[in-house]
Amino acid sequence: MTQLALVIDLNVCVGCHACVTSCKEWNTSGPAGFMSDDNPYDKDPTGTFFNRVQTYEVGVYPNTETVHFPKSCLHCEDPPCVPVCPTGASYKREEDGIVLVDYDKCIGCKYCSWACPYGAREIDEHQKVMKKCTLCVDRIYDENLPESERKPACVLACPTSARLFGDVHDPDSVVSQTIREEAGYQLMPEWGTHPANHYLPRRKQKIHIHEDELIRADNPLKKEGERPKVDEEGHTLDDVMSW
Amino acid sequence: MHPAFSVIFLTTLIGVGQGLFLALYTGESYAVVELLPAQSQDFYVWGSVIAVAFLIGGLIASVFHLGHPERAWRAATCWRTSWLSREVIVLPTVIGAISVYGGLHALGWDLSIIGIETKVRGDLTLLIGLGGVLATFLLFICTAMIYACIKFLQEWSTPLTVINYTLLGTASGFTLATAFASYQAPDLVNFYGGWAIVITVTAFITRIASLIRNARIRAKSSLQTAIGVRDTRIKQRSMGFMGGSFNTRDFFHGASMLVFRSIKWIFLALTFVLPVILLSAGMATASMTMLIAAFVVQYIGLIAERWFFFAQANHPQNLYYQTVG
Repeated sequence: MTQLALVIDLNVCVGCHACVTSCKEWNTSGPAGFMSDDNPYDKDPTGTFFNRVQTYEVGVYPNTETVHFPKSCLHCEDPPCVPVCPTGASYKREEDGIVLVDYDKCIGCKYCSWACPYGAREIDEHQKVMKKCTLCVDRIYDENLPESERKPACVLACPTSARLFGDVHDPDSVVSQTIREEAGYQLMPEWGTHPANHYLPRRKQKIHIHEDELIRADNPLKKEGERPKVDEEGHTLDDVMSW
Repeated sequence: MHPAFSVIFLTTLIGVGQGLFLALYTGESYAVVELLPAQSQDFYVWGSVIAVAFLIGGLIASVFHLGHPERAWRAATCWRTSWLSREVIVLPTVIGAISVYGGLHALGWDLSIIGIETKVRGDLTLLIGLGGVLATFLLFICTAMIYACIKFLQEWSTPLTVINYTLLGTASGFTLATAFASYQAPDLVNFYGGWAIVITVTAFITRIASLIRNARIRAKSSLQTAIGVRDTRIKQRSMGFMGGSFNTRDFFHGASMLVFRSIKWIFLALTFVLPVILLSAGMATASMTMLIAAFVVQYIGLIAERWFFFAQANHPQNLYYQTVG
């Protein structure tokens, strides 16, 4: 059985929110209609987002580490939001494990959002239906797109490749290998929801400086000369070329 | 959690209707075995009408909770897994059973189906009423299990939730039955009033038990499990946006700590202490006004009680939304 999921590398995420904006852009123009965005430039901005990047500070100043933490629907293997839905609008797809909402069946009772410990569901204030991350289900199977682009919008947008996308049930897939090798973990394991999305932990970064890195090893003269100084009085090319 | 008044009115109103019907049926059963004087058909007819009115009031209130009420009929389809769906089926069943029960009394159909020989009347209404009683208890379970089945809402996830919903609904129903009896069947005032006090006191004990339990809860989730970082010194610096969102509005009651704490004492006084005093005084002085006041005070108390019940639940998703910035 296939279980598509995201693997997010916290060691690499720089908190640029590119995934947030690309997610909003792709899904607001998707088949489900626009995603609410009220008063975007006014006093009380509010709207529907499938994906958020939060920032945490770990440790005590000055020995702190900043953790940028992107969170969207985790597409749980045992999703608590699905059985509570009274209409069957909330469902988990057999074929690829994506948890989706049938917007035409949803009555907007919000019960599924109460039943999700991760806060991954948001009601659309205009359409009055529950919305959530779809893993860009309308993109990843779109055969009009080149194969390399059949990935969720957030994965394609990430400038540092902090997001991987694939089948976590296939032991040979890149995501499974990464989870194994980098000790990927799930959020709130205490509730037994078995989220499909995994996170890769922060790793200790150490720089080993070798002797020969202090001296330029490839300097044929084996001699560090003085750097050329800028003539502060004279004109440089920049004075002519600057705009 | 953010208490929604639609749900507060739904759960309290149907509780009164269910409790009142249980009181009516108890009265009729006692009359059959001659432990209580038999009442005129009118008593059961009007009693059923009031009970159904409360249940329908609750049903109407529930509609305001839905984004798409025109699709509400779909909510009956998933009874295999969803307690909400089960409630959607059982609530009309209860309304139907009580309507039939009241209707049979109105028509005076005293048919003897299984032939219990009593001096009062046939057993048809008793049988229909028994079905209604079973459905009523089923409805208490369904309503409470909607909340009790969410295991990570630790304040709700306890058998005490089911016990409290049942006892509080029954208590308010019996209090209303006492006031109703003082108008239509004065013989039954002490019977209903006595039971109303007993059930209210029992509900007081179980509600206090849940308050004590909830005060001692140890949250299973923490920032550490929420983001998977083991360090104990984690602070959120930004929740990802600077305005509000569904996540910041629907999972926190938004009241100040002072209001939150005082509502606990208000509901304890209004739901339990005052009604017991008013019921005792009303029975002693045969004062209809006091008995009606007992019900009104208890109902207002129940609204506060339900508000507190919702507000007290601490959703683990709030761990992700602690700091704007």
